[in-house]
Amino acid sequence: MEDLIFNLFIFVLASFVGFELITKVPPTLHTPLMSGANAISGITLIGALIIAGGPESVYAQWIGFAAIVFATINVVGGFMVTDRMLEMFKKKEE
Amino acid sequence: MSQFLPEFLQSYIPNTIQLVYLVATGFFIVGIKRLGSPATARNGNQLASFGMLLGVIITLFDQEIVSFEFIIAGVVIGSLLGAIAAKKVQMTAMPEMVAVFNGFGGGASALVAWGEFTRFAPDLFDTQSLVTTGLSILIGSITFTGSFVAFGKLKGFINGGRIALPGQNYINLTLSFAALILVGWFAYDPGSEIIFWSLFALALIIGLFTVLPIGGADMPVVISLLNSYSGIAASMAGFVLGNNLLIISGALVGAAGLILTNIMCKAMNRTLASVLFSSFGGDSAGAVADTGDRSVQQTTADDVAIQCSYAKKVVIAPGYGLAVAQAQHVLKEVASLLEDKGVTVKYGIHPVAGRMPGHMNVLLAEADVPYDQLYDMDQINPEFSSTDVVLIIGANDVVNPAAKTTVGSPIYGMPILNVDEAKRTIVFKRSMSPGYAGIDNDLFYDDKNQMFFGDAKKSLQELAAAIKELD
Repeated sequence: MEDLIFNLFIFVLASFVGFELITKVPPTLHTPLMSGANAISGITLIGALIIAGGPESVYAQWIGFAAIVFATINVVGGFMVTDRMLEMFKKKEE
Repeated sequence: MSQFLPEFLQSYIPNTIQLVYLVATGFFIVGIKRLGSPATARNGNQLASFGMLLGVIITLFDQEIVSFEFIIAGVVIGSLLGAIAAKKVQMTAMPEMVAVFNGFGGGASALVAWGEFTRFAPDLFDTQSLVTTGLSILIGSITFTGSFVAFGKLKGFINGGRIALPGQNYINLTLSFAALILVGWFAYDPGSEIIFWSLFALALIIGLFTVLPIGGADMPVVISLLNSYSGIAASMAGFVLGNNLLIISGALVGAAGLILTNIMCKAMNRTLASVLFSSFGGDSAGAVADTGDRSVQQTTADDVAIQCSYAKKVVIAPGYGLAVAQAQHVLKEVASLLEDKGVTVKYGIHPVAGRMPGHMNVLLAEADVPYDQLYDMDQINPEFSSTDVVLIIGANDVVNPAAKTTVGSPIYGMPILNVDEAKRTIVFKRSMSPGYAGIDNDLFYDDKNQMFFGDAKKSLQELAAAIKELD
């Protein structure tokens, strides 16, 4: 039970940080921001690694394998496409 | 990879992993923060991806991981697919790309919870792990099917209008309620396969049923909301695994997604409830505009060229029609020609000018328009009264004064670009057809307004040629 409470503290505090980080973002950046945040949610990849590498059951490893494929598409694709968009944002040359 | 380390280091591994996770969290927070300003955004994204890399590499040293075949195969396949998609996608197709990536992320979280359950369950799972497993599967699966429906709608594979059973809202509410009960039941009786699979199936169906009725124009809001869901699903998977990095990053994205959803709703003059439970968006076939017998003034490229060349300040108000016509580059050429003549050119961008908030900025950035010429609605609105000419290209509803004046109009209350305050407005448009909202635009009939009919790209090319001839 203490674990759950401790984790809930982390969850709620991190949510507040998330709210604070986004409130001041200008509309110009909403699309890259959404795509970048989306890439971060692929963090579940870390859980997928543990499952695909665990010795307990091959069945679970296959599930983990599928999870890794899904999550890396999200992470790699998400960060790359965000970078592609942001690369184009340039200041006016003087 | 811990087995490759010398014996005396083994005992340090668990704490080292946690500390590196803490560092990765820092990278995510600073990364998101830096994504908030055009000058630092690219660096912010790179910091976040570096944080991710750190987290992944250190996880490989986790003592629970003993074999690497599945990991290597999965990472290689996933990275290739992701990289190819990211390289190939057209900037105009960004909303559906984000939807697809998001769907995979949500699906991955559901799979992670399922995999962990398969490894240790039901014996080694306590109630809290079972509840969070159930929630992770529920939210992750909803995100998965919901995102792919959103993708299909944006891509045109699925009809963009409302697809719904009679009483769909009640069905959805009942199903969602049933799903929550199933999560509880699953926690009570984790050994029952029927309950486990019913929960999985029901979650997938809820994802379908929730997004199918929503119109294409509202899809960006839905994607943003699903993005938030995929964060929460990752966070729930973190609860199942007892992994702080997952809990924190998931919560960050979950909260950020909610805020972004809210900002988008405001920009589109919609409440989240109306997006989810009604069908206004994209129902363009519905209302046929009553044009009456009012008349509009038409204009030509030469005339527009003269008006713009002798103006002090020209504001360009682009809409998605500009991107459809692939006219961003020609537009940029026109703007440069005018600037060479000493005209001040600014772009006034409505938050929903593209197919998703901020999309138009990306499309114009692609055409090498510097971002300091791009002005948000709130920045540009006070300037229209001192503007000589506004060029409205491929935009309609976002410049419709009915949003300010006509109570009862579907767009009433929506914040718009106040182009009618400028001395002259010129609308580039194919025909008099209405926009997404399916309503007529009073601006077209205004005395100060002129219509330049035709394909946006062709019209702009003519305009560029006409401006050059003036020299």
